[in-house]
This record gives sequence, structure tokens and C-alpha cells, in this order.
Amino acid sequence: MTESLEDKAVRLIRTAAIQLPDDVKDALKKACSREESENGKLTLEALLKSVDLSEQEGTPICQDTGSIVFYVRGACPMRGLEEALSKATARATVEVPLRANMVDPFTGENTGDNLGQFSPFFIWESNPHRNSVELTVVLKGAGSDNQTTLSMLNPTEGIDAIENLVLNRVVEAGGKSCPPTIIGIGIGGSSDVAVLLSKKALLRRIGSRNPNPRVAELERYLLERVNSTGIGPMGLGGTTTSLGVNVGWAHRHIASLPVAVTMSCWALRRASITLSGSDISETKKSRRREAVSDT
Amino acid sequence: MRSVVLKTPLSEQDVRNLRIGDVIHVSGEIVLARDRAHQRLLELARTGTTPPFRLEGSAIYHCGPLVKKVAEGWRILSAGPTTSMRMEPFEADAIGRFGVRMIIGKGGMGPSTAKAMRVFGAVYCAAPGGAGALLAESMKEVKGVEWLNLGVAEAVWILEVEEMGPLIVAIDSRGNNFYEETSTRARMLLCKGAPTS
Repeated sequence: MTESLEDKAVRLIRTAAIQLPDDVKDALKKACSREESENGKLTLEALLKSVDLSEQEGTPICQDTGSIVFYVRGACPMRGLEEALSKATARATVEVPLRANMVDPFTGENTGDNLGQFSPFFIWESNPHRNSVELTVVLKGAGSDNQTTLSMLNPTEGIDAIENLVLNRVVEAGGKSCPPTIIGIGIGGSSDVAVLLSKKALLRRIGSRNPNPRVAELERYLLERVNSTGIGPMGLGGTTTSLGVNVGWAHRHIASLPVAVTMSCWALRRASITLSGSDISETKKSRRREAVSDT
Repeated sequence: MRSVVLKTPLSEQDVRNLRIGDVIHVSGEIVLARDRAHQRLLELARTGTTPPFRLEGSAIYHCGPLVKKVAEGWRILSAGPTTSMRMEPFEADAIGRFGVRMIIGKGGMGPSTAKAMRVFGAVYCAAPGGAGALLAESMKEVKGVEWLNLGVAEAVWILEVEEMGPLIVAIDSRGNNFYEETSTRARMLLCKGAPTS
């Protein structure tokens, strides 16, 4: 029997929850072999041991299985895909399982299945020229997301201000963001664009560099400076504070310099699949459902 | 670096002997409590009501576990620490009023908790954040669960653990704070500016 789109999505969420992406695992291993602090090394060893255990036993890496965001790149009927991915989210909550994390902000009531107003959340990037759709799921833990900031800098302060901002954020976040972190930075655009760019920067593989040489240099420089703070694994001191710094940028308004700094804990959980033509035609068959209110 | 296994319930002397940087493993009963459980605990304290679990000499673990209901009860699947700082408004009281001897979490705590640790004799231990599977492996038995109406992740779980760790003592009862030392050093480095290499 062929796997349905919903089944594929459940499998995708399971992979993200249980298996640390290769690039992150490699970076963690390298960091562990280089770490100079005794406590730092002990911590990194414990993390790697836990990652292996998760894979072997099929249990989620972290008890906080996060907020669920799907990135969809390509051309695809929105309603059908969103419906299948929402169903997959509810099923994954039971089958993986995931922790039920979504609560009503006003009453505190937990929805129990990780569905809710704008949950899961979808970020669409239409590309009518592509025949296939690339689907990525990100499970974002709250501990590190609570350390994420958006700052509207004064444009005349320039690049120095951006560097200072990032370094100060790293020190303020300390152990709270579960370092070694992966830092996504969005520079420019309007405030919403900056935050989105910082999030999307985390989709890029660790060690890859922004195609803009100036931005690539900033990434290299920031990573070196962040690691020289000595904050270390879990904020207990050491030479590994971040595994990677990825920057996304946009042209900015003459009057604004938005900078978003998104912190990801070391357990950067993302997984991708490419949907085929038959997956996409499946979404066209889905029945209509009520539109989600956008208020 | 010293490494010891401590068994709960803990005495004041047990924790007064510890200093920052020590690596420990904990065995015995521990109590999992996070945001809302702390809130409720302190509401009880205000009205002089005894909570339905033992806290004297206990270790409180800041954790909202991922659990699965099985035929014989519950299984803990993944149980790493949550950010402790959110419990800062409550923890000094929990230590002072209920005799808690150890807090396990991540990211450290603030001055009021550190002060209570000095005054009453308690320590803060850092668990490796995100090592949910490793820490769950040390959890051998769910002895009880209270306040399930707060939700599975916010409930109070009473667990039997075996050599849970590695835990690094990060705030001790002598006024030392690992996080403060690390961040102070980092701030000094930032003030000095970029290296001239």
C-alpha cells in the first residue's frame, strides 16, 4: 500500500522529534572533541549519549517537542495540504508521542493534541515553476525561543551595533537557551521580515555560508566571538557556546535597522521531504473545511 | 572535579558539603514540579495546608516530562530540565517552608533562591538540557502523580531514580554561583572588545 500524504507527514514529524539532523550531530561531535572545559566536555558527552539513546529507542530527544511550524516551498493547493498536515500533527501527538504543548493564552486550557489557533503554523513560499514541493517541519523548543529578540536599531549605528547586540544577547541568555546554540539572525527588512529571516536562517545547514561574502564573513566573525565569551555548554563555562551562526538579510527601510536574533537550543529539530506529484494531487481531493479565522 | 552519588532524602550536611563544579548523580525519590505546580504549592503554604507529597529533604526537578500511559501506569519517555528562572518567584519559599534540599534544572536561578540556599542549606544542580532520553533512562518508577488537573506536563510527578545525571552543582550553599561567574567573565571580555588577532 502506498503511504498517504498524512502518513508521510507523521513520519516526518517523528524523524524531527527523534533524530538530530546530521549536520547538527556532526557539529556537536566536533565541538565535544575540541571542548576545553571539563564540565563542558562532560555535558556535551551526555548530550551525544542521549542523542544516540533517542535514536535507538525511538523516543523524542527532548521532552519539549516544541511548537510546530511547516515550511512549504513549491506550488500546492493550500487548503488540502494544511488539512493533511494538521491531521498528521494530531496523530503524531499520540503516535510519536509529542508533548501536548498548545494552551489557550487567555484560559491556560491545553488543547491536548497540539492543534489550535495557528497551530501548526504554515509558512508558504510559492514557486509556480517547481513541479515538486519541499516540505520542512521545525519543532521549536520554548526554552530557547524565550531568548529570541527583535531589536529595532538606529541605522546610523551600523554593523558594530549588530555585533554588540548579538554578543550581549548570548551573554544574557546564558544557560537558559540550552547552549551550544545555533543562532539565526535576520537583518533588515521590516520587523516581520527580520524575524522570518532569522527563523529561516536556521533551516540552512550548519557550516554553510550565506552567498553574500560580506554576510558570510559576518557569520564567521560572530561565531568566533560568541564562542570566545566562554559561556559554554549549558552556561557552565567552556569554549563551545554556539555550533553555528546563520544570517539572512533583506534590504531595509532608510529609517530602520531591524535585527532579529533567534536562539535555537543545540537540539535543532528539523526534517524535510520532497512531495511528489501524486502527493500534491492528493491534496486536491481533500474536502473543504472551514477557513481558520485570522483575527 | 569531585564526583559523588547522593541518595534522597538529603540532609543539610549532604548539601552543605557540595560546592560548585562538583559532579553528582542522584538516586532515590525526586519530585518533578514546574511553573503551575510551584504556584499552587505556594498557595498551599499561604493557607498552611500540607501538600500531598513529601518535600522535606527532597530534590525538586524542574521538568515537564513527556509521558505515555501504559497498562501498568505511566512510562517516562523523555524528561530533560526546563528553564529554572521561571520558578524564581517561588523557590525561596519552597526551600524555606518545606525543607527542599536540592533544585535540579537548567540555566540557573536568581538571588532570592541563592540566598535561601545559603540560609537554609540547599543547592542548585544543572542537568544537561535536552538530554531527555538519557535522563528518562535513570527514572525507574513512577511512584505517584499529583495535581494532574494542571495537565500532564504541569503535574507533580514523584519518581524513583537511579543515578540520575550527570548533574553539575551550579549554585552552592556558600554563595557561589557558576552562572554568575561565567557571565561576569563574559561581560568583562565583551568590554575589552574584539581580539586583535
